[in-house]
Amino acid sequence: MTAYNTHILVCGGTGCKASESELIKLNFKNQLAELGLDDDVQVIHTGCFGFCEKGPIVKIQPDNTFYVTVRPEDTKEIIEEHLIKGRKVERLLYKNPKTQEQVTESKNMDFYKKQVRVALRNCGFINPENIEEYIGNDGYSALGKCLEEYSPEETIQVIKDSGLRGRGGGGFPTGLKWEITRKVQADQKYVVCNADEGDPGAFMDRSILEGDPHSVIEAMAICGYCIGASKGLVYIRAEYPLAIQRLKTALAQAREYGLLGENVLGSGFGFEIEIRYGAGAFVCGEETALIHSMEGKRGEPTFKPPFPSESGYMGKPTNVNNVETFANIPPIINKGAAWFSSIGTEKSKGTKVFALAGKINNVGLIEVPMGTTLREVIYDIGGGIKDGKKFKAVQTGGPSGGCLTTAFLDTPIDYDNLLAAGSMMGSGGMIVMDEDDCMVSIAKFYLEFTLDESCGKCTPCRIGNKRLHEILVKITEGKGTREDIDKLRMLSQVIKDTSLCGLGQTSPNPVLSTLDNFLHEYEAHVDSKKCPAGQCKALMQYVIDDEKCTGCTLCFRNCPVGAISGEKRSPHYIDQTLCIKCGVCFEKCKFDAIKIV
Amino acid sequence: MNPVQDLIKSLADKHGKNRENLLPILQGVVEQEKYLSEYSMIEIARELDLPAAEVFGTATFYSFLEHKKMGKYIIRVCKTITCSMKGKNQILHAIEDMLKVSIGETTPDGKFSLMQTNCLGWCHKAPAMLINNDIYTELTPEKVREILGEYMKRES
Ligand SMILES: Cc1cc2nc3c(=O)[nH]c(=O)nc-3n(C[C@H](O)[C@H](O)[C@H](O)COP(=O)(O)O)c2cc1C
Ligand code: FES
Repeated sequence: MTAYNTHILVCGGTGCKASESELIKLNFKNQLAELGLDDDVQVIHTGCFGFCEKGPIVKIQPDNTFYVTVRPEDTKEIIEEHLIKGRKVERLLYKNPKTQEQVTESKNMDFYKKQVRVALRNCGFINPENIEEYIGNDGYSALGKCLEEYSPEETIQVIKDSGLRGRGGGGFPTGLKWEITRKVQADQKYVVCNADEGDPGAFMDRSILEGDPHSVIEAMAICGYCIGASKGLVYIRAEYPLAIQRLKTALAQAREYGLLGENVLGSGFGFEIEIRYGAGAFVCGEETALIHSMEGKRGEPTFKPPFPSESGYMGKPTNVNNVETFANIPPIINKGAAWFSSIGTEKSKGTKVFALAGKINNVGLIEVPMGTTLREVIYDIGGGIKDGKKFKAVQTGGPSGGCLTTAFLDTPIDYDNLLAAGSMMGSGGMIVMDEDDCMVSIAKFYLEFTLDESCGKCTPCRIGNKRLHEILVKITEGKGTREDIDKLRMLSQVIKDTSLCGLGQTSPNPVLSTLDNFLHEYEAHVDSKKCPAGQCKALMQYVIDDEKCTGCTLCFRNCPVGAISGEKRSPHYIDQTLCIKCGVCFEKCKFDAIKIV
Repeated sequence: MNPVQDLIKSLADKHGKNRENLLPILQGVVEQEKYLSEYSMIEIARELDLPAAEVFGTATFYSFLEHKKMGKYIIRVCKTITCSMKGKNQILHAIEDMLKVSIGETTPDGKFSLMQTNCLGWCHKAPAMLINNDIYTELTPEKVREILGEYMKRES
């Protein structure tokens, strides 16, 4: 191997890839070669740095300079200024939005300061397509340690002591699950990795598989060793082509290095991993449905017990864990249970990856210790609400969760606190809403999702959610009554109590949670037929402000239904009987003359 | 044997003929043929020795296993919450306008099919869409027209 003095890390996460990171890497390589520097400087693609808002990102090592929003045409300047003359390219440095100061190193950015990276430890630092880099960063040492030094029972004890709980939503203690599966007697057992990440707003599992696939492979092998399974299966959704490709590459490399196969690291323990692909059904993320899908059946859930650990894939004991859960395993083995359990709160140990999306300045992936408050996540790491608007709520837990309002900004985030606050951890998607979002519509959105994804097996979920949705549509169209609000509550309770699987049992949560926190918005829709956020089309009108309208005719020319009339250079008028409320005039007007009332 | 039978046979040989190999076989057929015809479902049932109703029941459960002939390029626009909040409808309008098809339809030349899908995991770069295996994010109507323009230039 050549010893390089300098490394240029170019983010190769799909987000940055989409925005030309391929070309950036190529430019660096070509220009370095022209200058004869290609023996000193290595250019590599890494996984996502998490700071997608300002991607593509380029990091220079060893001085750790962090360049943001780099364009392919910037590579020359970086080479000439930074590498040759030793001067940082100031215009590409990150500016602290609060102080406008330039920040050169990522560790000094608020975005990274409050973060602790365990599951994401390698994402953005290593080339996910090169197993040597993973190995160079302690990779597969945990597996080696388990096989050589620990018995399966001892390994399970470490995981139990660490306090790790499942990151797929339920929060079930991982060590305990492994122990239960270990104790069941069977000729064949299975390790399953749940990579069916389907919650709206969630993308941490995708990023881990794209940025650090070996960590999941290593952990699955450790799990196989612990529970006595020789076979692993990754169930991954078809919507993630890059993650699939990276995982395939990683599996092939692991086999080549003897880290998978009949005799892992010469220990006599055999383990093989196969990939199974989802086919666009959200409910398959539920473990029993997932198992049925892998068996070639409809992905419908079945009643638990029996739990998969007793009778899972092909009727054999099966240990199902989420991608992020697995990604936590190698560091726990390497650094010890005490280290892991020193992070987090009393009942929720370690860190959690969250995916920030919606009306927040820094969208992307973050990883924080359990117990970090929502305020720190939204304001310190997330950089606050977009366009200086007011924070209204953050939705966590996807279609099974609820929203957290300003009242919960200082609540430490962990499994139990979120449940107590009427939401749930879920898989870690956080969608941030501002004052312009209508909470009734948000509840309606989530129900639309559930309706689409309900497998139809049980009546409360199939029909109950349909009725809930109809009532919400009625309310957003201004046809709702007070009784409808009561009906929403009652019906929600029935669906919760009587549905078969977790999907139905939690599907009314977005409705209940918005009812609890934003009842006044429901009442405004019902009583005064107004949508306070101005989002519900049926309840609003576009009108033209005479004072501001210059008669430029732009709206008149763009209206698709000819609802706008008026003379040139004199105020125009919208015929409400014709208007379809498409909003084109509102967007086109250069003089702010179109108002929503 | 005809090409579909050949394909099914080779998929069954590759994956195995047990029930748990049904999904990989269905997926293999969709990848090649772009959809599952009634004929291929019956053939798969014959090959795996399963009731045809079982095959049909499984295939129709999954939204990515199409049972209508699809275009060469399948466009899947994310319809989930963040993308909806960030103007997915304008994206859909732009595509419908450009290709002259509605959701669920295929262009007469068999080149494009327009579908909606659930969250693609690109919410931080919404709105997002998938064309076959390529992801496109932070879409605007102009950007969509540019992207589709590129695809239109490719061979059908
Ligand atoms: C409707 C529904 C959808 C789910 N989707 C996922 C998912 O996408 N990914 C996941 O890891 N777990 C999902 N789960 C949770 C799984 O059933 C299971 O609890 C989890 O994979 C166990 O892994 P863990 O203990 O590591 O969290 C879902 C559960 C329900 C009820
Ligand atoms: S909501 Fe569209 S990608 Fe997540």
